[in-house]
Amino acid sequence: MAPDVADWLTVSPQGLYLPTADAWIDPARPMARAIITHGHSDHARGGHGEVLATAETLAIMAERYGAQPGGRPLAHGEAVNLGGVRVSLHPAGHVLGSAQVRLERDGAVVVVSGDYKRSADPTCAPFEPVPCDIFVTEATFALPVFRHPPAEAEVARALAVLAANPERCLLIGAYALGKAQRVVALLRAAGHDAPVYLHGAMLKLMALYQQLGVELGDLRPAAGMPAEALRGHVVMAPPSALADRWSRRLPDPITAMASGWMRVRARARQRGAELPLVISDHADWDELTATVLELRPKALWVTHGREDALVHWCSMHQITARALHLVGREDEAE
Amino acid sequence: MSSLSGFSALLAGLSFAGGRNAKLKLIADWLVATPDPDRGWGLAALTGGLDLPGVKPALIRALIEERVDPLLFRLSYDYVGDLAETVSLLWEPRRGDEAPGLADVVERLGRLSRGDGPAVLAGLLDRLDESGRYALLKLATGNLRAGAGARLARLGFAQAFGLAVDDVEELWHGISPPYAELFRWAEGKSDRPDLSTRPLFHPFMLAHALEAPEELDVAAYSAEWKWDGIRAMAVRVAGEARLYSRDGNDISRMFPEVTSALCADAVLDGELLVRGDGAVGSFNALQQRLGRKTVSAAMLEQFPVFLRCYDLLFDGCEDVRQLPLMERRARLADVVRGMDPAWFDLSPDLEAGSLQALAALRAAPPDPAIEGLMLKRRDSAYVAGRRAGLWYKWKRDAMTADCVLMYAQRGHGKRSSFYSDFTFGAWAADGALLPVGKAYFGFTDAELKWLDQWVRTHTTNRFGPVREVEKALVLEVAFDSIAASTRHKSGLAMRFPRIARIRTDKPAAQADTVEGLRRQAG
Ligand SMILES: [Zn+2]
Ligand SMILES: [Zn+2]
Repeated sequence: MAPDVADWLTVSPQGLYLPTADAWIDPARPMARAIITHGHSDHARGGHGEVLATAETLAIMAERYGAQPGGRPLAHGEAVNLGGVRVSLHPAGHVLGSAQVRLERDGAVVVVSGDYKRSADPTCAPFEPVPCDIFVTEATFALPVFRHPPAEAEVARALAVLAANPERCLLIGAYALGKAQRVVALLRAAGHDAPVYLHGAMLKLMALYQQLGVELGDLRPAAGMPAEALRGHVVMAPPSALADRWSRRLPDPITAMASGWMRVRARARQRGAELPLVISDHADWDELTATVLELRPKALWVTHGREDALVHWCSMHQITARALHLVGREDEAE
Repeated sequence: MSSLSGFSALLAGLSFAGGRNAKLKLIADWLVATPDPDRGWGLAALTGGLDLPGVKPALIRALIEERVDPLLFRLSYDYVGDLAETVSLLWEPRRGDEAPGLADVVERLGRLSRGDGPAVLAGLLDRLDESGRYALLKLATGNLRAGAGARLARLGFAQAFGLAVDDVEELWHGISPPYAELFRWAEGKSDRPDLSTRPLFHPFMLAHALEAPEELDVAAYSAEWKWDGIRAMAVRVAGEARLYSRDGNDISRMFPEVTSALCADAVLDGELLVRGDGAVGSFNALQQRLGRKTVSAAMLEQFPVFLRCYDLLFDGCEDVRQLPLMERRARLADVVRGMDPAWFDLSPDLEAGSLQALAALRAAPPDPAIEGLMLKRRDSAYVAGRRAGLWYKWKRDAMTADCVLMYAQRGHGKRSSFYSDFTFGAWAADGALLPVGKAYFGFTDAELKWLDQWVRTHTTNRFGPVREVEKALVLEVAFDSIAASTRHKSGLAMRFPRIARIRTDKPAAQADTVEGLRRQAG
């Protein structure tokens, strides 16, 4: 039986709330006090009074929403007491600065994972399994059709297509926070040392990652580059720019899209991706189920995604599970 | 790399490639790089020429539900929207043997018996990776033809070996998969195959819509009625007779009385019609006959069919396609005179010396089975496809278009259990299908049931209440007017569109183009 934590942790469609601390976790609206798992816009929003998060997440929020005067950095593993609840942050392996929130009171432990993945990512600290009574998980890719191949193999495939078409350029669509930097890091790990050219919307977060110590090599703005000079090179842009006017100036681009959704053909076609790359910053089905089996929580709470499948799988494995039906969480442009 | 993985990479490439030229290049490159007989089987699969017994979706479901929890399967299928893809993603192979090649797969599926289906299919799935499993399941369910696939694949073949596509089309229907002699000829390793002794389909000559009647040089054209039936070609060579539909399908068995009544060697182009009370019977009656594998005596009695002939391609074994139309018509009259008028008659020439006289004929046809006029250049040779200035159709109801069904949505009220709102499109110049309108009436209850069933069995994608379907069904859409609009991506909108008819006889590739509709919009 999972411990009853209703006295100090409540669930409503608006999110998870600690009443004794008057603190919300990843709230959808501005609140007096917020604990933020990571910088993606469906988790981090501007305008909170006090914000507890890792220093990296606070830096990302400052970049996106302006200065965070109420920012209160908390290192991974460091604990604070909020209204009688011991609160600490632990790596989630999702994007730079991403954290799981561990909550403890009266011997009961709840871990709110935020978004997470288990596969390696050179741009952030790896997920740390934290023993708990209640594990709060995402379910973005919680269907057994979602099995992400190794990201290294996907990047190698893209580089091979570029090598076979040196007169074209490789345009990779990727979410500007996390995915884009991971793809660049993977390109570097695969030995691609040439400059990578960036859409304007990617410049600031790339620079921030570099400032925070992530090695990304030679990055340059694509703006103003003559098409001729981009032949044989990699250009990165946010997904929305793949099909718009911006990409027309590129030399016959091989349009690639890096996303876990690319596993499904119809989704890849919707994106207009000629080269779908299955690279995800979210746990796939195997990672989700393995994590649940590894932690063996007394109860699993599911925040967002394909929760029916994960809840059903839990029932097959005698694990108590419930869907929280939070509002405002989207399938990120992952 | 096994050849099935090469083929599955081709399929993936085709489903993601941007434009028609990119697709052509993928097909051409693959045909050049792949050995026989694999490339022939692949080409057959792409052109819809692979006739495998067919694995039923129920069998595939049963297989996967042995391995994956049924609810997890159902949730996955709901999300992915395509059975073959869902199963290819869910299947966890029990590895071991080497992956099978395309020819192995075709051969194995070709001699599948009812009992060994599940075991054979599971065995093959176990030896393949995800994209290989997808290709296998698409092959097994006979579900590879997509939109303009067949024509595009033949164009790709012509491009691969630097051939004229007309030359390929001419031979195409006479050679069966895996087309070894076709490849030998294409690679210059043998002479052009001699097919003159076989009763083959020849590609039809097609008409453009007449858009500027006032500019027509009336004296240069002969006029005939445009019959509202099914275009068909009757072929007899060395005593062997066949009847072919518009896209070259052999429909001899659906109309055995016509086929067997063909009593002289010849190739006739004409319209299949149902004989009614004095006038020619309805198109719907003809639809009753089409698509039936066997014909009962009652059907033969109730819907007697005949061929109304309007052109002659071969007279005996003499190819007369290069002769001017009027000479072919004279010979046609002789040929038809020798046949039983119960099954073959001649579409008459119409006398009209002026545009006014033509317009009067068009406005008041003597038979409801006439949908307008055909105007054919008197000196034109019989050439495959649609050529500018040679043949025109001048329909009575000028505002109709042959469109391709793209999406269907569930209706409202008493039709809420049927897919009854249809979005249809026309072809853009780059080979994409663009929506031009949406219609939710015009069809009979029986046709609605038929359409609903078709939608359910040809769904490729689901978005809430909307289903995207295979781009394979042609709908004749009638409308009051058409005008420029930003509502659809095509830049056109129809006023008061309704489904006039379901054109199962017409291949999707031959539906109207956005450009043609734009000209009607003026
Ligand atoms: Zn996230
Ligand atoms: Zn999220």
